[in-house]
Amino acid sequence: MNDATLDAVFAALADPTRRAILARLARGNATVNELGAPFDMTQPAISKHLKVLENAGLVSRSRDAQRRPRRIEPKRLAQANQWLEKYQKLWKTRYQGLDTLLERLQKGES
Amino acid sequence: MAGELRIVPLSEREIKITRDFKAPRSLVWDAYTKPELVKQWLFGPPGWVFDVCEIDLRVGGKYRYVWRKPPDTMMGMGGVYREIKAPERIVSTEKFDEAWYPGEAVGTVVMTETGGQTLVTTTILYESRAARDGVLKSPMESGLRAGFDRLAELVESPRS
Repeated sequence: MNDATLDAVFAALADPTRRAILARLARGNATVNELGAPFDMTQPAISKHLKVLENAGLVSRSRDAQRRPRRIEPKRLAQANQWLEKYQKLWKTRYQGLDTLLERLQKGES
Repeated sequence: MAGELRIVPLSEREIKITRDFKAPRSLVWDAYTKPELVKQWLFGPPGWVFDVCEIDLRVGGKYRYVWRKPPDTMMGMGGVYREIKAPERIVSTEKFDEAWYPGEAVGTVVMTETGGQTLVTTTILYESRAARDGVLKSPMESGLRAGFDRLAELVESPRS
């Protein structure tokens, strides 16, 4: 993935509605109408979010011409996730260490 | 929920990390700002030991951390404090010694206490796209695995 692509992916993931749309699509393909229902948003609003996700390569359209359901692009997601996973691993370990330290401090040890 | 680590992008070059701790804020503040305590949890990658921890906690003051991997590999980072508001907010720059990315990052740590628990929110703003992408090339890397499951976790984080 090149830099410009990662920019688009980060910008796309920065919005909570778009993250929720991806979470829904991770459970299976869905049409624009199906995606709109849980978010209480108009179809144009959902389409706008989908466009951002499509431009970032995170979502694509199935060939089913009638319903045009959207599907998630796991490969692109996985690429973007490399970045976040790196942070996650390091900070998970550190914060577990901090939990232990804080527990000891509260017991009056140092 | 206590103990849950969340990392989400805020924009193209900014990420947010949140975590709850079962301790009062004053104690978490100490753990973040006193060198003898910082050394006990701000680990490097597995196999590395925390060697140098210097903190000059004042605006314009510097901090420096060095981890070592026996026998002779080292990794250092440091920066300057831009804002300090005890016990709730620290803004500082951060940069690794090894120039595997250009430019600095700016980290903002905010601590809020509710019912004896402390929520720590860290936002990191990268100066450049190259600085952000450099994270992937850092010596911190240890067995990166791209996983779809983890991403599902990420995208299912609350609508914050």
